[in-house]
Amino acid sequence: MKLINCPVNGTRPVGEFVFGGEFREMPDPGQCGDSEWASYVHHRSGAPGMKKEWWYHAPSGTWFIAERNTMTEEITRTYLFGQEEDK
Amino acid sequence: MSMRLPRSAGEWINRDKAVRFSFEGKEYTAYEGDTISSALWAAGEKVLGRSFKYHRPRGVLSFANHDVNVMLTDGLDTNIRGDVVAVRNGQKLMAVNTDGGVRDDKNKYIDSISGVLPVGFYYKAFHTPRRLFPFWENVIRKAAGLGVVNFNFPRVTKKKLNSHCDLLVIGAGPAGLSAALIAAEAGLDVIIVDENQRAGGSLSYDRAGSSELGAKLAELLDMVKKMPNIQLHTGAYAAGYYTDHLIPIVGADGITKVRAKSVIVASGAFEQPPVFRNNDLPGVMLGSAAQRLIYRYGTKPFNKGVVVTANDHGYRVALDLVEAGIKVAALVDLRAASEGGTLMNEVMRKGVAVHTGSCVYEAVPAKGKFGVEGAVICPYDEATASADPSKAITMECDGIAMSAGWAPAAALLYQAGTAMRYDEAVQQFVPAKLPAGVFAAGKVNGVFDLVQRVHDGARAANEALRYLGKSAPQVDVAPHEGASPSHPYPIVPHPDAKNFVDFDEDLQVKDFINAAKEGFDNIELMKRFTTVGMGPSQGKHSNMNAIRILARIRKLPVEKIGTTTARPFFHPTPIGHLAGRGFHPHRLTPLHGWHEAAGAEFVEVGPWLRAAYYKKPGLSKLDIVQEEALAVRQTAGIIDGGSLGKFELQGPDASQFLERFYAGSFGSQKIGETRYALMLDETGVVVDDGVVSRLGEESFYVTVSTSNAAAVYREMQRWLQIWKLGVGLTNVTGAYSLINVAGPRSRQIVGKIAPLDLSDKAFPYGAIRETEIAGVPVRIIRVGFVADLAYEIHVAAGYARYVWEALVAAGEGHGLRPFGTDAQRLLRLEMGNHLVGHDTDGLTNPYEIGAEWAIKMGKPFFVGQRSLKIIAKRPLKKRLVPFMLAEGYREEMPQECNLVIEGGEIKGRTTSIAFSRSVGRVIGFAYVDPAQAQPGTQFQIRTDSGAMVKATVVKAPFIRAQQGA
Repeated sequence: MKLINCPVNGTRPVGEFVFGGEFREMPDPGQCGDSEWASYVHHRSGAPGMKKEWWYHAPSGTWFIAERNTMTEEITRTYLFGQEEDK
Repeated sequence: MSMRLPRSAGEWINRDKAVRFSFEGKEYTAYEGDTISSALWAAGEKVLGRSFKYHRPRGVLSFANHDVNVMLTDGLDTNIRGDVVAVRNGQKLMAVNTDGGVRDDKNKYIDSISGVLPVGFYYKAFHTPRRLFPFWENVIRKAAGLGVVNFNFPRVTKKKLNSHCDLLVIGAGPAGLSAALIAAEAGLDVIIVDENQRAGGSLSYDRAGSSELGAKLAELLDMVKKMPNIQLHTGAYAAGYYTDHLIPIVGADGITKVRAKSVIVASGAFEQPPVFRNNDLPGVMLGSAAQRLIYRYGTKPFNKGVVVTANDHGYRVALDLVEAGIKVAALVDLRAASEGGTLMNEVMRKGVAVHTGSCVYEAVPAKGKFGVEGAVICPYDEATASADPSKAITMECDGIAMSAGWAPAAALLYQAGTAMRYDEAVQQFVPAKLPAGVFAAGKVNGVFDLVQRVHDGARAANEALRYLGKSAPQVDVAPHEGASPSHPYPIVPHPDAKNFVDFDEDLQVKDFINAAKEGFDNIELMKRFTTVGMGPSQGKHSNMNAIRILARIRKLPVEKIGTTTARPFFHPTPIGHLAGRGFHPHRLTPLHGWHEAAGAEFVEVGPWLRAAYYKKPGLSKLDIVQEEALAVRQTAGIIDGGSLGKFELQGPDASQFLERFYAGSFGSQKIGETRYALMLDETGVVVDDGVVSRLGEESFYVTVSTSNAAAVYREMQRWLQIWKLGVGLTNVTGAYSLINVAGPRSRQIVGKIAPLDLSDKAFPYGAIRETEIAGVPVRIIRVGFVADLAYEIHVAAGYARYVWEALVAAGEGHGLRPFGTDAQRLLRLEMGNHLVGHDTDGLTNPYEIGAEWAIKMGKPFFVGQRSLKIIAKRPLKKRLVPFMLAEGYREEMPQECNLVIEGGEIKGRTTSIAFSRSVGRVIGFAYVDPAQAQPGTQFQIRTDSGAMVKATVVKAPFIRAQQGA
């Protein structure tokens, strides 16, 4: 993973990107219990495998989602948040 | 005695140019193109170095960059590799691992006591008694390591280049050249890299006495030359494989990072020595080393030699030796009679006696072990790997060429994640499953026949073409036929040992047997216990034999033993090649030049350089900072705050966005008003703070701290995307400059050149006004971070210097003085303002710093709110309090991060501490037990020396507390 395909700017070297953490769906803060919320903010699975992650292309200020296999370091696809279906 | 052969076509030396150098004080003459080893060997020198552990004399082994016993220093560089580095005019060379020179090395006695230094002895011998360990450590450290580093080296900046291609071919042998030609003909941009000074691989030395192959090579190279889309780099090695086909190519003068769309590894194989007693003497060398000496450097490996082999290659070596006019006393083949084939007949026709089913039982050392006198030859039983010395004969010779097999140069394939399997037909590990876009061809792929290697290169190229989406034909490569190029177990036992497996680390067969007996019988454990493959050649000539020995000990197939992975770099790479240029860009504010002229000392804050203080002759930094701070307290000061993060938010949802993003309330904020903004992360931890100014119904201006500006902007962008709000967000950090005029006289100074009413009533604390100064449009915010009365002037960066100078001029006669970040830190502390990131850490929640007032829990949502609801239910563990030390405190000054201790328990720590002239006391912030947070409470700080210092909790701000006291 030395190259990342930014959905807006195309393939760029990894040095231009900032890792933004695992992507998680936020539970409804008004409805969820304390432990569910604590799990959302604190618990991460470190097991290698496919992860959905936030990445940021710093020179252009583009946030996007990357699906990355942390075992093989392969990024299978990238897309803008909310535009998963378009790909 | 010169060992030079007559001039021959294709040799790598230029006999028209002489090179003069010295080795161990003696003068030599060689030719341009000679390596240090070939130059010395041609001059008849055989003792070129001493081994690492036993200090045995060593000569040449491979001429393939793993002759690590021949490492030299010229006084400046160290560990120069004699076998591959070209000798230069005027060089004064010394071998690195001797005490008194290669011939009279005082450490040679170690060889005679090697019996009491078994493998792993130092793990066992020196750890008790413990008090003696420092003594032994000193001895071991002196013995360990090879060359001596010259710390007085000149700074040499090596090139760092980037290159891109469709296909990178590693290795310019027959397979690599064939692959490159096929790929280039199909239109790919191809780079070929080869670590040798010239291309050709085995074609440049493995000739079996025929001149045909030399012609074939010339023809191939001519074709390569004609292809404009092939770049051939020789004298440079592919140093490692990194994800997405990023491969650093290391040359003599720098590094080129090649980003390839596909890679063919055609890196060949390392010849492996058979193991017999004294196989390390100068004059005993690999068959391919003898061939390289003959064809590349026009030098005889010896005058009368014995060839010991366990494959067909030994016969080819014998033919090359005979062709060069060297007497071959015998060819000794470990294998039974039938396997030599046509090559055997050819060798016998040349008059060479062939001894099949035999081994070299030991090499007979010449005086001082400085060479070989003879070879003891006796029958050898392959099935039991045992020799029968009772039938030994001794053949007189001055050299032995060894050819027993090969190990693939597969380091880069391993690094790329290739699964390897052991192929019985060639007795070698070969790729079983390659990663996408990586291909292997030639010997590294287990293909040894020359015609098939060319086919294999073509096959790999066509696979690469298909991988890149082009159509390409299938090429079939015939499976290996005939005798295996590698012998499954070329190991000859000997009761007196000194049958070396690893020449770097002086490891003998018995060391492996002993390691296994002690339980280190897994290849990874054995590697670490014996140190096999951990020397400078990284196992290139030793790992395969070690695996074979371990397999035999454990009675397992070789495949079950597996291999260790060679990490980058493939060959040792000088640090200078890796070191960067110190490319560390700084952002400068538009006022930087003014600060420089005013004698500022700068400090890095995030990416920015800011003025820390302004030097004054005769005054210490501490005094200057106190003076600058006092000016702000008594008259006025001016500071450049241009590095602060500045963002503009426009749009119908702008206030909605700020409500969600920050903890405070912004929906009700009035135009012309500013509000403190506390930023939390989702876990409720304080990550930044800033000021939000409302310029219009749908227009906000936000300032955030310098070092967090990029991260805050990023988070704003992310949440905007998630919330899908109608907000335009612009980062105006560089577009706006910020000048803060602070102190009791600031109103008069700003009032002189700003056409607006600055009275408390018209322009109260916390207000923002859009106006002009000296005719330039500005935004002014009435702030209170460093002083009760202060004006923050925001101006387009291009006008910053003009406005700054106008303010400085207006300040004349008012005691206006520029101050830097050091004074600013003290001033904000005096004001009782904590700094996020300095007085808080990655776990601090707002309740711990008393920031409840900045949180609006009643809002529907803000980042961190849900977590705060959980945190609020729990008891507070610590609390940040302002404190003072006793009046006139003169003892050891507590430092930031000194612990707050109560009843032997750690309760907290100091986060800020400084002496303030205005207050007349040492003041600071500390985390304490919440039970001790009440003003007037005393607590104890433990200093660096362990002394306990009493501190008293006070009310902030300190300057008012002082006035009230």
